Amino acid sequence: MSDGEGPIRIGWIVDRLDLLGELLRDHVILTVLAVVIGLIISFGLALAIRGSPRLYGPIIGVSGTLYAIPSIALFSLLIPITGVSIVTAEIALVSYTLLILIRNIVEGLNGVPPEAIEAANGMGYTRTQRLLRVELPLALPVIVAGLRIATVTTVGLVTVTALIGLGGLGYLIVNLGILRGSSPFAATAIYTGVALAVALAVFADLALLALQRALTPWARRRSA
Amino acid sequence: MQDASGAVVAFEHVTKRYPGSDAPAVDNLTLTVPAGEICVLVGPSGCGKTTSMKMVNRLIEPTGGRITIGGEDIMSLPAVELRRRIGYVIQQVGLFPHLTIGENTAVVPKLLRWKADRTRKRTDELLDIVGLDPARYRDRYPNELSGGERQRVGVARALAADPPVMLMDEPFGAVDPIRRDGLQNEFLRLQSRVRKTIIFVTHDVDEAIKMGDRIAILQRGGILAQYDTPAAILANPASEFVERFVGADRGLKRLSMGRVRDLDHIEPVIVRSGEDRAEIRKRLDRSDELTFALLVDDDNRPLGWIDQHDLRGDGPIDPGAATPGAPTVEPESTLRDALSAMLGSSVQLGVVVDERGRVAGLVSVDAIGERLRAPVRGVDGELHEVGEADATS
Ligand SMILES: Nc1ncnc2c1ncn2[C@@H]1O[C@H](COP(=O)(O)OP(=O)(O)O)[C@@H](O)[C@H]1O
Ligand SMILES: [Mg+2]
Repeated sequence: MSDGEGPIRIGWIVDRLDLLGELLRDHVILTVLAVVIGLIISFGLALAIRGSPRLYGPIIGVSGTLYAIPSIALFSLLIPITGVSIVTAEIALVSYTLLILIRNIVEGLNGVPPEAIEAANGMGYTRTQRLLRVELPLALPVIVAGLRIATVTTVGLVTVTALIGLGGLGYLIVNLGILRGSSPFAATAIYTGVALAVALAVFADLALLALQRALTPWARRRSA
Repeated sequence: MQDASGAVVAFEHVTKRYPGSDAPAVDNLTLTVPAGEICVLVGPSGCGKTTSMKMVNRLIEPTGGRITIGGEDIMSLPAVELRRRIGYVIQQVGLFPHLTIGENTAVVPKLLRWKADRTRKRTDELLDIVGLDPARYRDRYPNELSGGERQRVGVARALAADPPVMLMDEPFGAVDPIRRDGLQNEFLRLQSRVRKTIIFVTHDVDEAIKMGDRIAILQRGGILAQYDTPAAILANPASEFVERFVGADRGLKRLSMGRVRDLDHIEPVIVRSGEDRAEIRKRLDRSDELTFALLVDDDNRPLGWIDQHDLRGDGPIDPGAATPGAPTVEPESTLRDALSAMLGSSVQLGVVVDERGRVAGLVSVDAIGERLRAPVRGVDGELHEVGEADATS
């Protein structure tokens, strides 16, 4: 196939493998950063909710509101404060992970069988030992389920940060695609960006699933 | 039997009032459980059994009084350290689903930072003790086990660090009746080896009678209605409440507790095929109690009764003369089973036989009646007449 045929120009892609690699790397970094920070904040908030359950309503309310704000609107709100920077991008990306992560962590911890907690107390676990050795391991499947949704969502959202010049694979879609609609390579750039973003999302999802399976062998084996 | 590895547990005027409730859940409870004995807390639902038990390992803090283990106040240790020294078994078992059977059993040794090889050796030993082959079970997860197997792992886990005291809250409550009986017997055998001091909670009076060296009967509001040996409680209920709680069939329950070996045996008049009738008549006449002789085979196993009618005339007795169907009982049979067998036969005597079926003696229905009227030993170590009013109530 030559550059002259069809909407997809393979030659254009092959010429830009280095760029694609860089964009993919940036995309992964933006995603991982957002999910990790989101996870840490969500853990803190989930533990606070466990300490005083009255906080559940307000915290879920706020993170739900954040989740509902359109991403472009959130950027425009943040730019006057944090400028066109990675901080702006991450604040937006992190806030979209909170609702799902907090909900799943709380739900996961609530789902720990009460008799396991009762037994842990009776055996002489301290509160921290109980959390780390009993509650978190047992909540893991539900937490990882939330993590998978948050990660896939974030991979999609990172493309939008191209609007403030930080798009990862979004650069292909926005800057080389939509904004250069007249270019003969615009379609190729868009398709390439979308395909890589989707592949990344699927890969991340499966990787997390594999991780969860490896960490929770007990959840799979059933009695004969 | 080994020396008791348990420690004395003493409740001294222990009271628990839950916040927001005027009536205490446990009211001024005072009782002492001697080292190596099983004390069963029994009573209707909501009478404060679980609350009383959980105050021992401070899962619930008393609002009054004190509890000592081996003479030491339980408040003198941090709660988590206290709990690591007390075995804990609950009805729902509460095995950790994400840990293997070996890891579950090793939970307390791990909290106590035992060396890995010591923990490993202890784990295998314990699984063995509760009848689970370590090689087969060690690396399985709890959801791969049956309810009964899980309950055994729960007991193994509680015993892991060899605690002097064990708390068990309705440990066999979730197991079906047939398997419960097996687990109870198994646990009693285990206890006769380890001799822990055990506080055992149940709402089932039959389980209390079977498992308890002593029984504390609680009534609503956490009031101790009676604290005594099972035999003494059945013989002399301290109050109308206790009498109703143990049931109208307490006479039968006492029969279930007694064994044939506890009865006075009567020497039988033993007859073998071919013995002379006149000779047998003479021997029967010499016996005050018996009007029957017992025909046995060459191995001393009973064949049947010979009565006066069969002995008329002279000459050798022949085996066909015996009335078959002499009920046999074993020294370990309960009095209830023995009585049942004897009432079903025309001659109200039971033939006690050894493990090979050879005659060891006779017991009578009257002896069982006498047994029920004989004085009973209480927790004070004294013998008390049956029906004697209990001064402590
Ligand atoms: N955590 C609690 N808060 C308030 N009341 C309680 C609590 N636990 C138990 N109770 C009350 O204390 C009483 C005794 O309960 P419990 O010790 O569980 O009884 P049992 O084990 O004999 O059924 C009951 O009336 C019960 O409702
Ligand atoms: Mg209870």
